[in-house]
Amino acid sequence: MSTTKTLAEPVIRPEFVNENITDAHTGDVAVQLSFIEKIWNINGVRKAVILLGLVGLWQGYTVGFDVEPLMFPSFVFSLKTLINDLFQGDLIWKVWFSIKVLIYGYGAGMAIAAVLVLWGTSSRLGGDFIAMATAMFNPLPSIAMLPLAMLWFGLGTSSLVFVLVHAVLWAVALNTHSGFKNVSTTLRMIGENYGLKGVPFVVKILVPAALPSIMTGMKVGWAFAWRTLIGAELVFGASSGSGGLGWYIFESSQNIETEGVFAGLFMVILIGITIENLLFRNIELRTVARWGMQR
Amino acid sequence: MDQGAQTAAGNSPAAAAVDPLLDVDGVTLQYKTKEHLITATYRVGFKVYPADRFVLLGPSGCGKSTLLKGVAGYMRPVEGNMRLKGVDIKEPGPDRVMVFQEFDQLLPWKTVKQNITFALMNGGKCKTQSEADEIAMEYIKKVKLDRFEDTFPHMLSGGMKQRVAIARGMAMEPDILLMDEPFAALDALTRRQMQEELLQLWEDTHFTVLFVTHSIEEALIVGSRILVLSPHPGQVKAELNAHHLNHDNTADPNFRELQQKIHDMLFADRILEEELAAGQGDQ
Repeated sequence: MSTTKTLAEPVIRPEFVNENITDAHTGDVAVQLSFIEKIWNINGVRKAVILLGLVGLWQGYTVGFDVEPLMFPSFVFSLKTLINDLFQGDLIWKVWFSIKVLIYGYGAGMAIAAVLVLWGTSSRLGGDFIAMATAMFNPLPSIAMLPLAMLWFGLGTSSLVFVLVHAVLWAVALNTHSGFKNVSTTLRMIGENYGLKGVPFVVKILVPAALPSIMTGMKVGWAFAWRTLIGAELVFGASSGSGGLGWYIFESSQNIETEGVFAGLFMVILIGITIENLLFRNIELRTVARWGMQR
Repeated sequence: MDQGAQTAAGNSPAAAAVDPLLDVDGVTLQYKTKEHLITATYRVGFKVYPADRFVLLGPSGCGKSTLLKGVAGYMRPVEGNMRLKGVDIKEPGPDRVMVFQEFDQLLPWKTVKQNITFALMNGGKCKTQSEADEIAMEYIKKVKLDRFEDTFPHMLSGGMKQRVAIARGMAMEPDILLMDEPFAALDALTRRQMQEELLQLWEDTHFTVLFVTHSIEEALIVGSRILVLSPHPGQVKAELNAHHLNHDNTADPNFRELQQKIHDMLFADRILEEELAAGQGDQ
C-alpha cells in the first residue's frame, strides 16, 4: 500500500514587471462577416424565406396540378378575394365589429381582474378566492360558457362580451396576483419607507415590479379571447344585421366560397400576429426589456 | 432595567449635554418562522446622538439586522421602546431611510435620477418635480455618478447601484440613515473605496448613521461608536469608541488592539457556547 508518491513542486521562476504596456493590436481579433452571412443572420429574413417557401408550395400545387378552386383555391386567388372583400366588400366592417367586441370584453375582463387582485392583495381570503376560482374556471373553455350566455343574455354583443370576460379574467388575475406575491421584500420595504400605502403602493411599486407577470397574463388572456371570439362568432355572429369575422368565415363556407373562407382565416392570422408581435412585443420592449427585467 | 445599556450611556461624555436622537431602551424583538418563534434581540438598549456613526456589530444571529428593521419601523418590539427625537417609532417613514445590502433596492423601472426624485416626491421632501430634479442631481454629483443619471439600474455595477442607494438615502436628509450591511455584497476593492467615500460624505454634512456590519475592520473604519452584540439572542456585550480610527491607521497598534479586543469578545462567546453544549452532553 505505502508506495511513496513524489509530489510535484512549483517551479521557482524569475520575476518580471512589464514597464511600458502599449495598446494591444486587436485588428485581427474581429473579422468582418461576409455580406450573405450578415443578411442570413437577420431573424426576419430567415422567417420570410420560410414563409415564401410555404406560399410557393401552395401556389405551385394548386396551379401545377390544376386543383378545383372550390376545394382548394390557390394562394393568389385567396389573397385577391381578401383584398377585394376588404376594400370593396364589407369585410372591413366585420373586422371592426369583431375588434370592437374584443375591446369591450378585454377591457371589462381587465377591469374585473384589477378589482379582484386588489382584494386578493389586501386580504388572505381574497387571495384564496383568486387561487380557487382560477383552478375551477381555467380548465373550463370559454366557448363552453356560450350556451349559458345565450340563455342569459340572448343573441347579441352582451353574450360575446360575457364569454370574453371569462376568457380574460382568470388568466390576468392569476398572473397578476402571483406576480405581486413574487415582488421582493426589499422593494416592498423601500415603498413603505417612502410612505407609500394602499392603492398608491400597489400602483407605484407592485404593478411595475410585477409587470413581466402582468404582461404574461395579458398575452395569455388575449390569446384565449381572440380564439374564443372567432369561435363564438362561428356559432352566432350576426346580431341586428351585422356580423364579425367569424361570421364572415361561416357565411363564405355556407355559400361554398372556399376562397372567402381562406380570406377570413388570413385575416384572423394577420390580426393575431399584429397584436401579439407588434403591440405586446412593443410594449415589452419599451418597458420590461428596457428595464432589464426581461430579455 | 437593562444595566448594560445604563452603564454604556453613562460613559458617554455627550450624554449629559445633548439629547439623544435615537433612544432604544430594553428592546426585545421576536419574529415568527413557520415553526418557531425566534427571539432576535433580548432587552437591548443604546442611544444614538446626532452626527454619530453608530455601528451595530456582531456575528450572524445576533439580531443586528432585525434591530435595524425595528428602528426603521418594520417591526414592533414585544418589550421595551424605541424613540426617535422622543417620539415612539410606530411605522416606516421617510425620517428614517434604509439602505439595504441587496442590489435590487433600486426600482428597476426608474433611472438613477428618477429613483431619487421618486423618493423625494413620495417621501414628501419636494413639492415640485423641478425642485426634486435639482436636489437629485446635486446628490448624484456627490456620489460621482453624473453622466449616469439617465441610466437604468440594470446597466450599473454593484458598487454604482449602492452609490445610487446611498445618494437616494442622503437626498432625503433623514434624521437618521439606516444602513444594513450596504457594502457586504461588494468585492474587497470596491468595498474599501465605498467606505472611504462614505466617510468623505460624512465630513461634508455630519449626518447621523446607524450602520450594521459583521466585519470588525469595517466597524472600526466606518464607525465612531460601536455596539458589540452577542448572538442567540442578541444582547449588548459592549459599547466602544472608534471615532479616532479610519483607513489611515489600520496598521497602528491601537487599531490592532481594539480589533483583537472585539474579536476576543465575540470569540469568547463561541468557546462558552461550546463548553455549555459539552456540559449539557455530559448530563
